[in-house]
Amino acid sequence: MPQFPGLLKGLGVTARTAARTLFPKRGMRTLIPAPQQGSVTVQYPHEKEAPPDRARGVIALHEENCTACMLCSRSCPDWCIYIEGHKVKAPPRRAGGAVRSVNVVDRFDIDYALCMYCGICVEVCPFDALFWSPEYEYSEPHIADLLHDRIRLSEWMETVPAFEDYEPGSEQKVRQVPDFGPDDFAPARKLEADGARELASESDGARELASGAGS
Amino acid sequence: MTGLLGLAYWAETAIKLGVALVVIPTAALMLGYLFLLKMMAFMQSRLGPTDVGPYGSLQLIADAVKFLQKEDIHPAAADRRVFRAAPVVVLASSFLLFVVLPTGPDAVVENLDTGIFYAMAVSSLSVLGVLMAGWASANKYALLGGLRAAGQLIAYELPLILAVMGVVIQADSLNLQEIVRAQAEGEIFGFGLIGNPFILTQFIGFLIFMISAQAELTQTPFDMPVAETELVGGFHVEYTGFRFLLFFMAEVATAFAFSALATVMFLGGWWIPGFDFDAPILNVLGPVVMLAKILVVAFIIFWIRFTYPRLREDQLQKFAWKVLIPLSLANIVVTGIFKVVL
Repeated sequence: MPQFPGLLKGLGVTARTAARTLFPKRGMRTLIPAPQQGSVTVQYPHEKEAPPDRARGVIALHEENCTACMLCSRSCPDWCIYIEGHKVKAPPRRAGGAVRSVNVVDRFDIDYALCMYCGICVEVCPFDALFWSPEYEYSEPHIADLLHDRIRLSEWMETVPAFEDYEPGSEQKVRQVPDFGPDDFAPARKLEADGARELASESDGARELASGAGS
Repeated sequence: MTGLLGLAYWAETAIKLGVALVVIPTAALMLGYLFLLKMMAFMQSRLGPTDVGPYGSLQLIADAVKFLQKEDIHPAAADRRVFRAAPVVVLASSFLLFVVLPTGPDAVVENLDTGIFYAMAVSSLSVLGVLMAGWASANKYALLGGLRAAGQLIAYELPLILAVMGVVIQADSLNLQEIVRAQAEGEIFGFGLIGNPFILTQFIGFLIFMISAQAELTQTPFDMPVAETELVGGFHVEYTGFRFLLFFMAEVATAFAFSALATVMFLGGWWIPGFDFDAPILNVLGPVVMLAKILVVAFIIFWIRFTYPRLREDQLQKFAWKVLIPLSLANIVVTGIFKVVL
């Protein structure tokens, strides 16, 4: 048997919600309908919702940190990340050290027409090169334009907010947003611009680095 | 029935047809906008449509235009002829309901002697269309929805008719105009100013009628044939474009027709207290009063729809057979005793 007091109470809840939405004003102006104030609707094109800092809007690339290790590309369920890179020689980190070889990203594309916003790439990146940004307005008239290249992905970096800690004691787990200061490590692309010599072929470099990152 | 304004039969029929063709879609649009779009939005702290027309009032017309532009898709395995006929059958059922609804002394399409019997018979035709749709779609969800609609018919149809029986006994007639007259000329303990709307004497009948109508209209506590969350729309999963539009229109138009039936049988119909029953002015004022009452009844139907979660099919069967039918039988017995004694 249905529970009659509960049924009536339920009707009361919906009626009260409707009344509160339609007549949110108090006092003398109670009877003026003003659903615009009473409802929780955000009239999107006219007013913008402020998404939370951790909202999964778009993935940003901090290119200086990327070693083209391919971990994100391999773990992507949709195979929507395309990476190509090659190796360059870099000067030793301290005096007397060996010449280092670092990887340079040639191509880093994310196809947002395929991406399902699972965030696995952000999770697996061991070099803090991928970040979530709450930005969500990047629809395109043509589907091919949803393929964001490394330039576009790097531009999203400016919109990545500085995260608060989840809770006290969680600092270890929080990935720090890199500052773009001068002491940022391995500015590989700059080295290449300075005329550093290229090493192996691009595909070899990518494979070696991927195995290097795994160890 | 006397001819309206002394016109020839064909002219009168043409006028009635034109009025019906305007009234039915307008009724569906009105209920759809007021309750389905706006009231539901407010009950969920939303705004509903705001942009198309003043306060979004033309939203449904825009939707209809959108539906008309869509591709008319038949599933490959569908029984094409039955698939095409099904929405027409459903819509025809709700159109036929409007034939007997009286809105004034002369403002009725056809004043049938067995009006309420006709309405009950015609309204259950829609289940046939639903079953056709479910079967012809060649889709297991659609088939389940259609079968649920057929199973549901067994539960609600009997209490619906038994609830009407009480009114018929009290009014001494199956004619809807006579039912209105019985209420208009009735008295409450010698106090005849507002007549005797049968909701006072047949309150249990009214409750049973509204609950059964909710099941007949497949509105939410009993919307198992549609069941969006489990059957993704039930019998109309495979329908697109204007065929889906026909189903939608039939659903809302039938809700309007059933609100009108409840108004006629329980709330005094189109009669206004203080007027002569046959006063010609009631042909103008009657529809207005009728509309106001219909909106109140429809409000209750949709209010219930937006409040309660869905029941299981067996819960409806249990509720109908163990509660509604015994209650309506008792109602008939008590009404009969009073009819004989008083």
